[in-house]
Amino acid sequence: MFQDAGEILMLLWRTLRSLPRTWRQRRKVFEQLFEIGNASLLMACVLALFIGGVLALQTGPVLAERGLGGFVGQVVGLSLCRELAPVMMAILIAGRIGSAMAAEIGSMTVYQEVDALRTMNINPVHYLVLPRLVAICVALPVLVVVAILVGWLGGALVAFLNYQVAISFEGFFGSLRDGVDLLDILNGLSKSAAFALVIGTVSCHQGLATIGGPRGIGRSVTKAVVNSIVLILILDYFLTRMLMQLD
Amino acid sequence: MDAATATSNTGIGLSVSGLRKSYQGTEVLCGLDLEVQPGELFVIMGPSGSGKTVLLKHLIGLETADAGEILLAGEPVQAPGVLDRLRVAMVFQSGALLSSLTVAENVGLYLSEHRLKPPAEIQRIVAEKLALVGLEGTEAKMPAELSGGMRKRAALARALVIDPQLIFYDEPTSELDPMIAVTIGGEILRLNRRMGVTSVVVTHDRELGFGIAHRMALIAGGTILAMGTPEEIRQSDDPTVRRFLSASYDFDDTKGPTHEKHA
Repeated sequence: MFQDAGEILMLLWRTLRSLPRTWRQRRKVFEQLFEIGNASLLMACVLALFIGGVLALQTGPVLAERGLGGFVGQVVGLSLCRELAPVMMAILIAGRIGSAMAAEIGSMTVYQEVDALRTMNINPVHYLVLPRLVAICVALPVLVVVAILVGWLGGALVAFLNYQVAISFEGFFGSLRDGVDLLDILNGLSKSAAFALVIGTVSCHQGLATIGGPRGIGRSVTKAVVNSIVLILILDYFLTRMLMQLD
Repeated sequence: MDAATATSNTGIGLSVSGLRKSYQGTEVLCGLDLEVQPGELFVIMGPSGSGKTVLLKHLIGLETADAGEILLAGEPVQAPGVLDRLRVAMVFQSGALLSSLTVAENVGLYLSEHRLKPPAEIQRIVAEKLALVGLEGTEAKMPAELSGGMRKRAALARALVIDPQLIFYDEPTSELDPMIAVTIGGEILRLNRRMGVTSVVVTHDRELGFGIAHRMALIAGGTILAMGTPEEIRQSDDPTVRRFLSASYDFDDTKGPTHEKHA
């Protein structure tokens, strides 16, 4: 475990050091961005719509009962942009994109394609890891912004349609505007950037560390997803504490 | 491998001394010594599991030895910058073409990634190298669309783009039918003669080994059992070498099969 952690940190450091090469790898970065967007955007929207909706459904009646129905917008808005959108999108991307990264690089490792790169003096970190890490670090915060907006819409819809809450769109978004400022959104985005680094590095590391045949690739994919999700949730606690103190 | 400054096709020498490697307590290479002269076509032969591929991975710098030294043109292979300066290529057993790239992109990958030539020039070189291995017109195909023999020849073209001084072949004829195997063997010999490139071929294919080698080494159990010209190897008294060389499909019902018994 400690060896894995050390290797992951080394890979992250080597990738960050190669950031100046990003422009040379721009084609692969765009390909990865397209892959991530294409694979996740619709799923992210559906997920966010229902998370926003269920949040309004859970909190709305309780608040309305106490005469605080006007605060539903604030509660949904803040929860989504500070916590739920970054964490849920990170988990979605770990499952959808992290697994694909680990599988692709793992299969390249097993079938000696990574060795072939090395013999051509092409650094696998520059060629394989850098474009993926850059793409996921750009794509995840963008997905989080989309998820926040769609989640708010889901919350507003449920708040309006549910008879126990019955708050108008104007009322919902007015409350949201009062309670949520740009700093809250930036708070969520900074978390999502950190989660993206975790998913990208852990998945690429698992891919490069794959041994054996198809079973080895399967093991790497599982480890990449599970380790990413565990690390995201642990990191979320510490980032939340840190950001609360900064607030 | 600074191909931009590379002009010479002269092969380079390779020297291995006292090479040892263990995996989880099992010694795979037990103190190997061998020398390959510049421009030589050297074949490393041995039964499956004898340590041939592990040796090859050490020779190209993909693995680090527990003990011993590997010198390419007199410089340690693991020393920083050695593999940048020398032009060393490898043709993998499976071809190891990148499955997400077309044949042309695979063959031109070294030039495009290192930005050694403009795209039009890369296209010309790729077409030339593909023609050299008889794969004209396959530029736009994906590796999955190629047969095993074509994949190996595409991998050979990719290696040639580096304009190598030293080229390693890992089981170049495995999984190929005899006719394509002979074609590949002919290519290896032709490239060695035409370009003067030092060639190290790792194989368990006896016909290929004896057909193309200037000199050869026979390894089993991580040690070299015999080394010399094909004729010298044929005359070796070592029982394992004799068994390896005499294994045949000549079944005799009274004696049972004369199959090889690995040491």
